[in-house]
Amino acid sequence: MAEKLRKQDFTRLAPTLWEIPTSYQAGMRVPVRLFADERLLEAALGDKSLQQAINASTLPGLVSHVTVMPDVHQGYGFPIGGVAATRLPSGVISPGAIGYDINCGVRLLSSRVSFEEAQLHIPDLASALYRNSPSGVGVKGSVPLSAKELDRVCREGSQWALKNGFAREDDIVRTEESGRISGADPSTLSPRAKKRGRPQLGTLGAGNHFVEVDVVEQVFSNEAADAMGLSVGHLAVQIHCGSRGFGHQVCTDYVKEFQPAVQRYKIQLPDRELVCAPLDSPEGKRYLGAMACAANYAFANRQIMAHHARRSFEEALAGRVADWDLRQVYDIAHNMGKIEEHLVAGERLEVCVHRKGATRAFGPGYEGLPEEYRPLGQPVLVPGSMGTASWVLLGTEGSMEQSFGSTCHGAGRTMSRKKAKKTVRGDKLIDELEKRGISIRAGSLPGLAEEAPQAYKDVDAVVEVVARAGIAKKVARLRPVAVIKG
Amino acid sequence: MAQPPAKMYEEIEHTADWALRVRGADLPALFSNAALGMMELAGVRMGNGSGQERTIELQAIDKETLLVDWLHELLVALELEQIAFRDIELEIAGGTRLAGTVQAVPLASMEKPIKAVTFNELEIIELSQGLEATIVFDV
Repeated sequence: MAEKLRKQDFTRLAPTLWEIPTSYQAGMRVPVRLFADERLLEAALGDKSLQQAINASTLPGLVSHVTVMPDVHQGYGFPIGGVAATRLPSGVISPGAIGYDINCGVRLLSSRVSFEEAQLHIPDLASALYRNSPSGVGVKGSVPLSAKELDRVCREGSQWALKNGFAREDDIVRTEESGRISGADPSTLSPRAKKRGRPQLGTLGAGNHFVEVDVVEQVFSNEAADAMGLSVGHLAVQIHCGSRGFGHQVCTDYVKEFQPAVQRYKIQLPDRELVCAPLDSPEGKRYLGAMACAANYAFANRQIMAHHARRSFEEALAGRVADWDLRQVYDIAHNMGKIEEHLVAGERLEVCVHRKGATRAFGPGYEGLPEEYRPLGQPVLVPGSMGTASWVLLGTEGSMEQSFGSTCHGAGRTMSRKKAKKTVRGDKLIDELEKRGISIRAGSLPGLAEEAPQAYKDVDAVVEVVARAGIAKKVARLRPVAVIKG
Repeated sequence: MAQPPAKMYEEIEHTADWALRVRGADLPALFSNAALGMMELAGVRMGNGSGQERTIELQAIDKETLLVDWLHELLVALELEQIAFRDIELEIAGGTRLAGTVQAVPLASMEKPIKAVTFNELEIIELSQGLEATIVFDV
């Protein structure tokens, strides 16, 4: 058992960058680098998250350091807030380093509705969003799929939603990879994954998933905010969800399939949840095909949730405000494995970037960005904890150089769910938030208590770190006025 | 006065997910207690009715994988069929083959669903009075 990690085990490389060298523990193939200030470093030392990053540094084929974001917290094998890049073709892919909720991510929609004109109608809006956003696991989705249609969703992602009247052209252009990851292969899916996927498209899910109405409170870059359609005092909507039971089953299937595979490929790991297989192995290729199916399902899912949000705005605000339309700002994953090219020690390499609780943050000039964002960088969406601020950022050249084009994804938990349930009562939390002018609609009171703001780190401090470190740039800060939880 | 029986499972601290420490005299008891603990964590409430007997058979490469598979069977039944299990009777041979019966009861409600059963630091260990495992659930 490794000794407990201490602050003195780190080398400080820069004011907000700390390194654990490979000499710290036998088996580490690369160093671990953490973006944090002193306070967030102390918070990260409070659980097993950094030990999990050290464990991740033993994965075969890593091309450089394992990156850890300031919102890091303990996960189940690989830390939430971790980034690891493995070399193609023989480096590994690890399903657990991507997560059960494949392509869990965030979508942001902007509006021309001013908070002033909508203020009296926010409770109606919250109720409409709650009514129109099916939530818990296992609930019938608004778009039940036949087996053939599920295969199409797997291959086409958001573009399936466009063909079926749930999207606009602009939504697709303003989605990572245009809402469709290549390489999706439905033949790699188990019958059980398909069975779980068919009834759940167009549903929010439980846990930390939400739909939130925000007000744009502060803008830090007028040029970027204008391009995104964000202006101070106007409403915006965030949607946070993923691939539902479908993605969970894909990950479960492959974590199981990879258990004997690690023995076959003679891979030694400190935690069985990190199981992996070479990217060019039959198992690795099959997982990539299945992961892409789940990723595309998640893009389509958030697209349908956006369709529900537009319908809800119309139901609650039509005739009450001048323009109730919602326009897509961007949609981005924070649990994904992506094949990308990165410059590593002066060499351009094709790598598989595992991001688990970390957001891709490509800098200016990336060709995959829509024209209006290309000179600025890729939009990054960072939801805060319930009742606190959220941020819109941009990817930078610094993120390309330091973190495989990645940055933070949220506030990051600091209190256990057990403790949160003991110290917070869901009904009291609703009262407190309502007093602060935030309308709450939630399916489960204990579930709500676990997501209380005090269970999370300060998202402003997290964003301050990534901005100071140069791995993202601030665009706007959002303040919540309505939260809908599963 | 007799001591009340010790609870055979308890939730333990985990920052982001749920973790359950489970004990049992042998593998069938450990697996059964893990299922009861997982349902309690998720806030499962069973509906009325006698339930329907269901046979379960599973095979895995080792006892930890078998435990994950067993709990996963229950999670999927909760989600897809809206049923929970009680009166669990299991036999486990060689740590790799599970056979048994359960009473499948309609699910009345569930407070918070579990996404997945993980292998994170999962190890079934022998204690002086039986077996113990700590299971981390993704939520």
